Amino acid sequence: MKHVISPLDLSMEELDKVLSLAESILQDPEKYSECCHGKKLATLFYEPSTRTRLSFEAAMLNLGGSVLGFSSADSSSAAKGESVADTIRVVSSYADICAMRHPKEGAPYVASIHSGIPVINAGDGGHNHPTQTLTDLFTIKTLKGRLDHLTIGFCGDLKFGRTVHSLINAMVRYPGSRFILISPDELRIPTYLREEVLEAGNIPYQESKVLEDVMPKLDILYMTRVQKERFFNEEDYIRLKDSFILDAAKMQCAGKDMLVLHPLPRVNEIATEVDDDPRAVYFRQAQLGVYVRMALIMTLLGISAG
Amino acid sequence: MLNIGGLNQGVVIDHIKAGGAMKIYEYLNLEKQDCSVAIIKNAKSSKMGKKDIIKIEGPITVDLDMLGVLDPDLTLDIIEDGKITAKRNPRLPAQVTGIIRCKNPRCITSTEQELPHRFRLTNKEKGLYRCIYCEQAYKR
Ligand SMILES: [Zn+2]
Repeated sequence: MKHVISPLDLSMEELDKVLSLAESILQDPEKYSECCHGKKLATLFYEPSTRTRLSFEAAMLNLGGSVLGFSSADSSSAAKGESVADTIRVVSSYADICAMRHPKEGAPYVASIHSGIPVINAGDGGHNHPTQTLTDLFTIKTLKGRLDHLTIGFCGDLKFGRTVHSLINAMVRYPGSRFILISPDELRIPTYLREEVLEAGNIPYQESKVLEDVMPKLDILYMTRVQKERFFNEEDYIRLKDSFILDAAKMQCAGKDMLVLHPLPRVNEIATEVDDDPRAVYFRQAQLGVYVRMALIMTLLGISAG
Repeated sequence: MLNIGGLNQGVVIDHIKAGGAMKIYEYLNLEKQDCSVAIIKNAKSSKMGKKDIIKIEGPITVDLDMLGVLDPDLTLDIIEDGKITAKRNPRLPAQVTGIIRCKNPRCITSTEQELPHRFRLTNKEKGLYRCIYCEQAYKR
C-alpha cells in the first residue's frame, strides 16, 4: 500500500510518472472523466482548509468518483476523543482512498500505519503538505517546460514557510537548480536546511534582503506571506513588510519570462495590480493543482488511463 | 568506597556530559539493580572541562548501547577479572522506542497519549535522532 505523507515519499521515477499523467489529463480531461467511477475519496479534515479540500474533491469528481468526509474537528469523531488510528481503521471500510488534514504534525503518518487504504497528507501543521509541492512542480513543469536548470527565488517568510522548505527539498533533486532566498534576517531559512541540504549538496544559493536587486536573475519567483505574528515588535514589521511586497514597479525589474507563484491564500504580499500581468500565474497554479491531485489519486488507486 | 582498582566485574561509564549522571542512573534503574554504584560528578577532564562518571560493580542486564541516545559521547569501559577488556563508545541504535520523548508541542504525540515515542537515527556522526512522526530533532 502506497501512502504519500512527505513530498519525498515519491521517488524521482514515481514523481515523473505522476507529473506526466497530470499532463495527459490536462490535455484531454474527458478521457479520464469516468476512470474512478464507483470509487470513494474520504476527506478527513481535522481543521478547516476549504481551498485544499475543494481541490481534492474536485479532483475526485472530475474522475467520476465520489467524496465523503468532514471538514473540521468539532464535527468529527475526534471531538468525542477518538484516536486517529481508530478513525482511519473505520474509514478504511467506507472509502477507497483518503486525504487527511490535521493540525498536529505526524497525524497522517500515524493514520498510514493503521490504514487499509492509501493515505494522502493534505497538510499536517507546519510540517508537510506534499500535494502543494506536487502542484508547484507541475506548475513549473507545465509553464516553463522543464524542472532542471532553473533559478528560483523564494521571498517572504522562509523560516516558517513549509511550502518553501518542501519545494527546496524537491528542486534539489533536479540538476542545475539555483536558489535565491529573499527575506528579513528574522525569517531566514532554518539552519538545518542551509547546512544539511544546500551546503551538503553543493547547491548554489544566495541570500538577499532586497527583492528588486535579484529579480533580473530569476526564472521563478515564489512568494509567501510575511505574518505580523512572526515579528517581535510592530516597528520591525512595519519597517520590513513593504520590502517583501510584490507590486507592478518591482515586476518591471523582472525578465519577461519570469513566473510568479504563490501557494495562496494571498493577503497583501502581492498587490492586486500584479494579477493582470501575464507572468503572475498563481491562479493558474491553483487550477493545475486539481490535475496533479487527479493524477495522484489515480496512481495510488492503481488505475491507469481510459 | 569503590575504585577502579577494586572493580572486578562491571562497567565504568566515563565522559558523561557534566550533569548527565543522574539521568543515566535513572534510565538504568540502578536503584533496583543488584550492584554497587559510585557516581562521580564534576570530575576534571582535560578533554571536556568537567564530566560525570558512573562505576558499576556487578552484572548489568540492560543494553548499554541505548545510553548513546542520552549522550552519544560517553564511553563504556567493560571490566572483567579486574581488567578493562573493552573501551568503546556506545553503538547508536537505528531506532529507539520509549526511551526519549518528543518535546514538540505541535507533534501528534502531544495529544494522543498512547502513541509510542519512537525516534530514528538520522545522523550518525552527530548522534542525531528525529521523531518518526513530526521529524523534529531530539535536543538533549
Ligand atoms: Zn514528534
